[in-house]
Amino acid sequence: MSDDALLEIRDLDVTYWGRSLLGLKGKGFHAVKSANLSIRPGETLGLVGESGSGKSSIANTVLGLVPATAGSIRFGDVDLASMRTRYPSAVRKEIQAVFQDPYSSLNPSMTVEDIVTEALRVHTAMTRDERRGRALELLKLVSLSEEHLERHPHQFSGGQRQRIAIASALALTPKLIVLDEPVSALDVSTQNQIINLLYERRDALGIAYLLIAHDLALVHHISDRIAVMYLGHIVEEGPSDRVYRSPAHPYTKALLDAVPLLDPDAQRRRRATRKALPARETPRVASQGCPYRNRCPHVMPRCEAEMPPDYPVDGGGTAACFLFDGSTATTERTSDLGAPA
Amino acid sequence: MATSTPNALQEADRHAVTMGQRLSEFWYYFSENRGAVIGLWVFVFLVVVAILAPLLAPHMPQQQYRDAILVPPYWQEGGRAAYLLGTDAVGRDLLSRLLYGARFSLFIGVIVTTLSLTVGIFFGVIAGYVGGKTDTFIMRIMDVILAFPSLLLALVLVAVLGPGLINAMIAIALVLQPHFVRLTRAAVMSEKTRDYVVAAKVAGAKPLRLMFKTILPNCMAPLIVQATLSFSTAILDAAALGFLGMGAQPPTPEWGTMLAEAREFILRAWWVVTLPGLAILVTVLAINLMGDGLRDALDPKLKRS
Repeated sequence: MSDDALLEIRDLDVTYWGRSLLGLKGKGFHAVKSANLSIRPGETLGLVGESGSGKSSIANTVLGLVPATAGSIRFGDVDLASMRTRYPSAVRKEIQAVFQDPYSSLNPSMTVEDIVTEALRVHTAMTRDERRGRALELLKLVSLSEEHLERHPHQFSGGQRQRIAIASALALTPKLIVLDEPVSALDVSTQNQIINLLYERRDALGIAYLLIAHDLALVHHISDRIAVMYLGHIVEEGPSDRVYRSPAHPYTKALLDAVPLLDPDAQRRRRATRKALPARETPRVASQGCPYRNRCPHVMPRCEAEMPPDYPVDGGGTAACFLFDGSTATTERTSDLGAPA
Repeated sequence: MATSTPNALQEADRHAVTMGQRLSEFWYYFSENRGAVIGLWVFVFLVVVAILAPLLAPHMPQQQYRDAILVPPYWQEGGRAAYLLGTDAVGRDLLSRLLYGARFSLFIGVIVTTLSLTVGIFFGVIAGYVGGKTDTFIMRIMDVILAFPSLLLALVLVAVLGPGLINAMIAIALVLQPHFVRLTRAAVMSEKTRDYVVAAKVAGAKPLRLMFKTILPNCMAPLIVQATLSFSTAILDAAALGFLGMGAQPPTPEWGTMLAEAREFILRAWWVVTLPGLAILVTVLAINLMGDGLRDALDPKLKRS
């Protein structure tokens, strides 16, 4: 994790406190446990994991919607975690977001112009005409046109709505955009357009993305690096190609194997191997030991007792797995199950 | 300049088109409901009558004709063409009084509804958005107000404030406002978790802007419906207070007060009681029908996106 990082997350904990009957602090729910991540300017970091793994909690913490319980989030020169949810305007305008469902992320009572220029109205002293001009530029960036300015969100299709959401995230040319499953609510055909649009904008404007998704193939396609989360822990992190082609952590492999294969025979064979594995779910205590130990085919005694630290992996990145303790064997890891081509 | 003017015109035009579209869409759903359209026309008629009362009324509402006491409507035996709907016990022309009475009723409706709507929305949005102890505090007060029978509470308030039309309106507004608070709060609570609110937060909108600019416009549909319905409730309650002698005071041609004055002639002269009563009935019915139509047209649950 270098010094030139745009966003650097260190030992981040996010805990949601339940409320007991008397309004006292109840039992905590650890959504994120000591997570480390960093994003360099203009870089895309893909954050993957199953639902409930804490990836959205990380996103919400970075966006200042949920306070961090412990740890630090350094953004440029400032520590976001210490500001909790009150970001000053100078920080707020550098971090924008695109949400999953474009049917609920656009205010139905506003026109497209108002939606796209909302951030400008809050953070700049631009006049109405200047904002309108900027709104036009933004719409052109996302291949919409002037005639759409006065319309309301319900007059657009899902893909168009997501373009509008992207346009409004781009309004202030932020340094970081958090993309919370930006395409999973869209048709496959539209997904491509949106991905390409995001790609172009990143290259043209040098914006860094924190991309959250559960589709590894898609994340691989767009990300420079990938981090994999499981039950609140980041279990593997590394360059996109390395994680996708030769996954290190057993969970990453399982995740990749969940992508169906095109060849039915290969798919059947793979399913047979998978059925042989234990499938117990870990209770979400995560106080001790590896979170994946109960589902892991390579489980060893020490996995029960201690949480594996991040070990470096051949080809870059780290994996939180004792299989990588010492220089024992990345060779044996060349996957009996095989990464899907 | 030369180029900006046609541009501005074009823009205004385009704006008009989208507004027109929305209106025509609204009208499409509204006109599905026959009763609502009838209610609307009756209401429009009442508004016109109220505005033109000085022109339409054949006499002054307070003018007493000593030679024409309790004259029946003109189609009845003993009726006179000068007093189309007859006169009351002190010889005032009933038609003129009813026409002027429409002004009072609509005035009461407008003032009471605006008052309770603004106050109700204000507290409702705060309760719904802030939540926690503020919410509990506001809602418990509203529960206390709701726990009283509304007319009784209004009566107590007027007794404290002193009888009179203005005080009656304040009392009724206070009694009606918890409904708005509850409705607004519920709508705000369901809207505030939506992604567009989060998006506005990320864009940097401050709480006040979030509450009143981002969330509130999306909560308006049920509020408009409730506002129409409480318009009629306000008229009805004001009439009831007038009837009990706590609202508008006697010479005022307010429908409820007219009823109260005419109470002792129920058997001798049916028109002095029936006609103001009918006026109240028709007004309230028309507005309620209109409110139902509005609900059909505005309720998002009954509408495709």
